[in-house]
Amino acid sequence: MSQRSPLSEVKKGHITTLLAKGKRSDGRSFGELRPVSIIEGAIETAEGSARMKLGNTEVVVGIKMAVGEPFADTPNKGVLTTNVELIPMAFEEFESGPPSPMAIELSRVVDRGIRESQMIDLEALCITPEKEVWVLYVDVYALDYDGNLFDASSIAAVAALRNTMVPAKRFGKGEDFHLPLRSTPISCTTVKIGDYLVVDPTLEEEEVSSARLTVATDENGDLRAMQKGGSGFFTFEEVKKSIEMSVEAGRAIRGKI
Amino acid sequence: MSKGNYVDILPLSGKYVPFSGDEVIGTVNDMTSSNWLFDINSPYPGVLHASESPWKVEFGATAKYLELGDNVTARILSVDDSKHVQLTMRDQSLRKLKGGHVVDIPYAKVPRVIGKSGSMIEMIKEYSRCKVLIGKNGRIWIDGEVENVLKVAKAIRIIDEESHTHGLTDRIRDFLESSFPSKHG
Amino acid sequence: MSMDLPEGMKLIDENGKRLDGRNADELRPIRIEAGVLRRADGSAYVEMGKNKILAAVYGPRECHPRHLQDPTRAIVQCHYNMLSFSVDDRKRPGPDRRSVEISKIVGEALEYSIFLEQFPRTSIDVYIAVLQANAGTRCAGLTAASVAVADAGIPMRDLIPACAAGKVADTIVLDLNKEEDNFGDADLPLAYIPRTGEVLLLQMDGHLTQAEFNRAIELAKGGCSQIYAVQQDALRRKYSIAAGENGGKEEEARGNVA
Repeated sequence: MSQRSPLSEVKKGHITTLLAKGKRSDGRSFGELRPVSIIEGAIETAEGSARMKLGNTEVVVGIKMAVGEPFADTPNKGVLTTNVELIPMAFEEFESGPPSPMAIELSRVVDRGIRESQMIDLEALCITPEKEVWVLYVDVYALDYDGNLFDASSIAAVAALRNTMVPAKRFGKGEDFHLPLRSTPISCTTVKIGDYLVVDPTLEEEEVSSARLTVATDENGDLRAMQKGGSGFFTFEEVKKSIEMSVEAGRAIRGKI
Repeated sequence: MSKGNYVDILPLSGKYVPFSGDEVIGTVNDMTSSNWLFDINSPYPGVLHASESPWKVEFGATAKYLELGDNVTARILSVDDSKHVQLTMRDQSLRKLKGGHVVDIPYAKVPRVIGKSGSMIEMIKEYSRCKVLIGKNGRIWIDGEVENVLKVAKAIRIIDEESHTHGLTDRIRDFLESSFPSKHG
Repeated sequence: MSMDLPEGMKLIDENGKRLDGRNADELRPIRIEAGVLRRADGSAYVEMGKNKILAAVYGPRECHPRHLQDPTRAIVQCHYNMLSFSVDDRKRPGPDRRSVEISKIVGEALEYSIFLEQFPRTSIDVYIAVLQANAGTRCAGLTAASVAVADAGIPMRDLIPACAAGKVADTIVLDLNKEEDNFGDADLPLAYIPRTGEVLLLQMDGHLTQAEFNRAIELAKGGCSQIYAVQQDALRRKYSIAAGENGGKEEEARGNVA
């Protein structure tokens, strides 16, 4: 692995000078997302898939399913497993080997957005209570990193789940069927740079930011999951503002998947 | 150009390989009591010994003059066979950079940003009224009104992306013309 | 290799056509794009039949771990990685013995093609990600990686094309697909530089007579030549160099802090 240099003081100064004038270095407004492009179902070996670009950040998500045993405390529910792989292809500081704390936090935040919104009807993935259920693997791979993997990963995961076919035939469990879904959670991240809040940060913006807030909302604009990160703080006013910005930006994404 | 069985190749991308005498823009990456280590956009870091700086640096006081993340212009003093790189700032024109903005492009594109006998860069400076310093390592410092700096950064990005195509100078002139309408003519 | 053929499956039909309609000496459709990722120093995407493969190159950069540094030249560190959903049964993320072996031989082939002595003490890191696998991923991976190295602007002797030949239902065929690989009799991946005839990767498993081997090699060489042309075309498109257009006029300018 190669150590990336600290962000230059000149670049930091440039970003904050621009923010004070109401601008971002790529010309976006504070609440504006980068261009989103999603290719759904591109991976034929997966039960569902999505390749997504958010600006220059790119991820690919594949869904695999298998028949397995339920957890003892949820004998009539399918099993959801979410994993984010930060492979070194995507960024000079990502290493192969066991998942980093960043990868684990990402996996858990993506998982929570899907799980807590009850997006998937896990009861419908029970084959025989206590014995056989469908196990669902959501595997996210970062391919190109330019900030905000939280949103790229969770939005791509949701898009992939939406085109997932349960491979019942391959496992001798009847005809294939669409993964039973109930809602579509959308995650949106805001970071704080100085006293300013901006959504969907680029890598350079992440590097100068002090704190991050990821908010997953549903169709009604209700909150389904949140995660604050970074070593800085938000005031309650800023938390409210972040949520507003996330709901607003989330609406824009909702139209794209 | 081919010479017998050899072909000279002009790469369009690739990492900067330091060459003695080149002027570069570096970012402080690390420091010791008597040295700064610079990221110079290359596989090899550049070492600036305190005695090659423009300041009288007491032993252990390097951080007083340059801190992590600071940018400077420096000249490559020497490069040995294993590519250990020594830098110097002992020249009136070499200094710490304050304010403005820094952008990185592949070093191979630097001649395009400068243009024939400096025509491209002079045109950019003239339209934008910005100060622009170009390191041979593909790092460029732009200083001026922040809006103008943004536009210069955009022009440089266009040169980077379209450097190998025809009519580049005209397209950049058009871009500058529309970006700085009041500033010219 | 040589699993039992499912009933009713005919790898080669009475007209000599293969399951996917190809003739014995035909490659699967191949598409290559150079420079598809922003963060990496060089990258390429290859689709070969149903294989979908990304390759990225970082470097030359400071070599880590340090003890691998060579004071006289760069080293190549290659990582071949099958994504979990690239195959029918989910593959656990991370390297297994197969991927470590493939990384090693692909890395060695790339090493030969690069002028390593120009970058002492550095590492050139090559990452191959198989998004979707359908037999022949090591060859398609090497084909992609070689274009990615070129896209990174790393000085190299030549591009390396790679493809397999093999034996299926008593016929020597080019570029086996998944069914042919599973139920065929032999597989022979080859990487070689058409211009010089240098063989850089060669493996074989299964059963071939020496005459069949010679025939398979001829087919694989032909495949490599075709792939080589597609590799070159990908780089030309990326840098939009049409014939006679690369003599830029502003190149003489010398860069210095101006």
